[in-house]
Amino acid sequence: MMRALAFALRTLGREWRSGELGVLLLALTVAVAALTGVGFLVGRVATAVDLQAAEVLAADLRLGSPEPIDTKYEEEAARRDIRTARSTALLSVVFNGEQSQLTNLRAVGPGYPLRGKVLIADEPFAQGTPATGIPGTGEVWPDSRLLAALDARIGSQLTIGAATLRVSRVLISRPDQGGTFSELAPSLLMNIADIPATQLVQPGSRVSYRVLFAGDRGAIDLFKNWLLANKKRSERLLDITQESPQIKNAVERAGRFLSLASLVSVLLCAIAVAMSARRYVQRHLDSVALLKTLGATRGFTLSVSILQLMMVAVVATIAGSLLGFVAQEWLARTIRGLLNSNLPPADFKPLLIGFITAVAVLAGFALPPLLQLARVPAIRVLRRDIGPPPAFVLLAFGPAVLAVCFLIYWVVRDTWLFAWFTIGLVGFLALLSLAGAVLVALAGRLRGSVGVAWRYGVANLSRRRAESLIQIVAFGTGIMVLLLLGLVRNDLARDWRISLPEDLPNYFFINIPADQRDAFIKDIEQRGATPTRVLPMIRGRMTAINGRPIEDLRFNRQEGEDNATREQNLSWAAELGPDNRIVEGKWWGPEDYGKPLVSLATEFQESLHVKLGDTLTFDIAGETFTVTIASFRKVKWDSFQPNFFMVFAPGILERVTGTYLTSVHFDGSQARTLASLARKYPSVSIFDIEDLLERVRSVFDKAVLAVQSVFFFTLFAGLTVMMAAVQASRDERRYESAMLRTLGASRATVLQGVLAEFTTLGLLSGLLAALGASIGGYFVATRVLEMSYGFDERVWLTGTLGGALLVAFSGWLATRSVINHPPVTTLRAG
Amino acid sequence: MNHAQMQSAQALAHLETVLKAENLTKQVNSPEGLLTIVRDVSFEIAAGEPVAIVGASGAGKSTLLALLAGLDTPTSGKVWLAGTDLTALDEDGRARLRAQRVGFVFQSFHLVPALTALENVMLPLELAARPDARRAAREALERVGLRDRTSHYPRQLSGGEQQRVALARAFVTQPAVLFADEPTGNLDTVTGTRIGELLFELNSTSRTTLVLVTHDSTLAAKCARILRMEAGALRE
Repeated sequence: MMRALAFALRTLGREWRSGELGVLLLALTVAVAALTGVGFLVGRVATAVDLQAAEVLAADLRLGSPEPIDTKYEEEAARRDIRTARSTALLSVVFNGEQSQLTNLRAVGPGYPLRGKVLIADEPFAQGTPATGIPGTGEVWPDSRLLAALDARIGSQLTIGAATLRVSRVLISRPDQGGTFSELAPSLLMNIADIPATQLVQPGSRVSYRVLFAGDRGAIDLFKNWLLANKKRSERLLDITQESPQIKNAVERAGRFLSLASLVSVLLCAIAVAMSARRYVQRHLDSVALLKTLGATRGFTLSVSILQLMMVAVVATIAGSLLGFVAQEWLARTIRGLLNSNLPPADFKPLLIGFITAVAVLAGFALPPLLQLARVPAIRVLRRDIGPPPAFVLLAFGPAVLAVCFLIYWVVRDTWLFAWFTIGLVGFLALLSLAGAVLVALAGRLRGSVGVAWRYGVANLSRRRAESLIQIVAFGTGIMVLLLLGLVRNDLARDWRISLPEDLPNYFFINIPADQRDAFIKDIEQRGATPTRVLPMIRGRMTAINGRPIEDLRFNRQEGEDNATREQNLSWAAELGPDNRIVEGKWWGPEDYGKPLVSLATEFQESLHVKLGDTLTFDIAGETFTVTIASFRKVKWDSFQPNFFMVFAPGILERVTGTYLTSVHFDGSQARTLASLARKYPSVSIFDIEDLLERVRSVFDKAVLAVQSVFFFTLFAGLTVMMAAVQASRDERRYESAMLRTLGASRATVLQGVLAEFTTLGLLSGLLAALGASIGGYFVATRVLEMSYGFDERVWLTGTLGGALLVAFSGWLATRSVINHPPVTTLRAG
Repeated sequence: MNHAQMQSAQALAHLETVLKAENLTKQVNSPEGLLTIVRDVSFEIAAGEPVAIVGASGAGKSTLLALLAGLDTPTSGKVWLAGTDLTALDEDGRARLRAQRVGFVFQSFHLVPALTALENVMLPLELAARPDARRAAREALERVGLRDRTSHYPRQLSGGEQQRVALARAFVTQPAVLFADEPTGNLDTVTGTRIGELLFELNSTSRTTLVLVTHDSTLAAKCARILRMEAGALRE
């Protein structure tokens, strides 16, 4: 082994000096650079999006409990360098003289909020500015609705329990005010140190204690596991995925896109390695045969090849990682201005990922040809037509398939997604091979009708049938994944843009009494705004599932228990909203109206463990309703339209007295008049989601920008990888070009021939790639990213023209040196 | 002659016979059916004896050479090279034997394009883990008159120069047997003659047994013995 190592090192150095290793090293380096560059950027962008999303929770993690929370969690957090803050929430009536209002009190401690900002102002419904701390002791920050309801202003003294506290600012928004309508009462922010003076916390009072945590992503992930293992059963752990379904959706989709981008770079990496390894093996057939003639054993030649390739992998990984890091750092700096903030620093996981991927891809794609190489018989030195014996199909393709499957799973980490990708990829490869074979055969027939240069080029295509097929598959796959990424990126950005138009309702009005409904709508319209649809809303409790009382049921997840026991907002509808998709069962038609049917959001399906046909029993205003589950809906929460987890068929709930809900878009000046509206309809709850919308817009903007920049980065990396792959095929053309020139062909004719061959290759690959991308785009858009798919016919033009140009240009780059050299040099080198 | 004397005479005979073929046959499957390329060939070559194998194209010369050098295995029959039965060895065993006892010169030179002239000559020495590879290779290149070409790559050398490098590489390990397959076949007459002269000169100074496959009658005439191949069979 030592002898093989020494020999491998010596010959590797020599091959490097002779320029022989350049192509393989270049392809691998670029591939690793693409992979790690995209990896670095994806990591940083994902962290940025997470941080932005975490603002909705005012923290990365929140531990809640109805009882005071032990300080041991904060002590553990401090040990792990995680910041903490406390907050206590309770409902109480707040007085301003004779006026009173049930209020959601938020008492917060120093450090709050850990993520995001509290916005305050000097008058109600005004533009807020970020607060620098929390209310001082003896001070409170009531929100605009509370001030309006209490007829109070800055300087007013409010009575809360046994304490009297002074209004020092108006609370415009706090990061954790929530996007759901669970907090119907107006809110007030106060200092946690004032809680004892209010004497509101008594045995039996409904108080919610919270501890907030924020820190590095890795530390938080570990701490979350620790918390889950150590917290009491009654303590509830919340992270962003549970708090805001809208942002969760957006973050998930951005994450999936970024995974897709990583996957694309992995596949490009695989293509580059496969092509270069093929070239490496082709070029070493003679050398290995010679080594064997000179007395090298099979084990020795195999060890030498493997050692050399491993050394190449190490060098390429180091060089590629450095290149990838520099490239993404440059990109991050370029987009810093657009992002309005710095991206968080890169962590170094992508380096390891880059190395593991390089090794996996090399092992999968390069090992089988290397094993073949070691089987080259020595007699090849006498008869060049004798190559290595054909490999077992399983051995030739097995490792590559395994490597790709491993990498796909590793990147997507989702069995369902993995299965789709693998099936899609296999189908596409089969299609490429089949269509490639047909097209190559057709090209063979076509050659009679074109000029000499084209005839030479196109003839090459059908003569080198196997080579051409491999190239069509490689280029086709490369172009396809790039097109697919481009298509999906456009769809995603468009979907986000149209889901958050400027005039999206930013105020929700809930609890509109049925008898005040028309007057209320009129008042809104008088203020120059138009309400969106007005929906019924009825509150009720779920009492049984399939006849078994809720109290007797045990749920695997805390979420199930929460969803089963909470007060439910119920509605009924005849039409399915455009942001809802039936995934199981069917939506009702007019013939079903009046039947006891309900449609559930998939979130409830999962947490309650229910299936179609199960019955749910509700207590609605003292009356019992038992309904059968008729369908499950996937709700796109980031549409920001009013949506309900449970929707009944029309004709059941109409007779129950409920309230109505509507949403309205108000611009800044109109919003100031809301104070009078709040006074006129004291029972109506007003929800200002402008701040939440802003936050979600900001998440979306960042995600769109991230998606765009990652796309362009991947595109650039992909083009470079493909160019490197074309380099791998230049040897085959080298000798023939020299021969043709010797026979009297001009350089222009030879060049035209090469261009003809590559252009045809590019056209064929591009055409097939466009087909693959169109079909793949549809699946990725509708199944993975859950959005509508806009068929884009430009993909055909981009695919075929772009493919032809790209491959022809790369081909020209690869062969121009051959054409510009005197033919004798090439012929002599043999 | 007593028994002991007989044994010693036999051993001596074995030592003197460096290459022996016994009923060698090589058949391959072809689209037209089973094809016999080498048919029942037997002969012996004594140490130091230069032998030429001649015949028309397709007569089976190169296949015979491949069988003698252990590059290929016979369908039936045996080959002894330097006292070892080649047919009893596996591929790696034959490779090891070649590393110790055999040198090669080919029609198309077979230099490794990524290695310089010096590195090409060093190759067999390095494979045998010889510590003085560089010095020995340099001397071998000097012997073939290429002292100034050591750092040239094959593509920078003329055909004659490439074949000289190949000769240096073949003789540098001081092999017991040197197989040469049309060593002048790719060269012009003048260069071919020079290379032929050099081959025999090196052969005589290094006491190597030369087995030469050639079309070149002048070159063949320089050998002590000529084996003529016709349709796979041998005629001396």
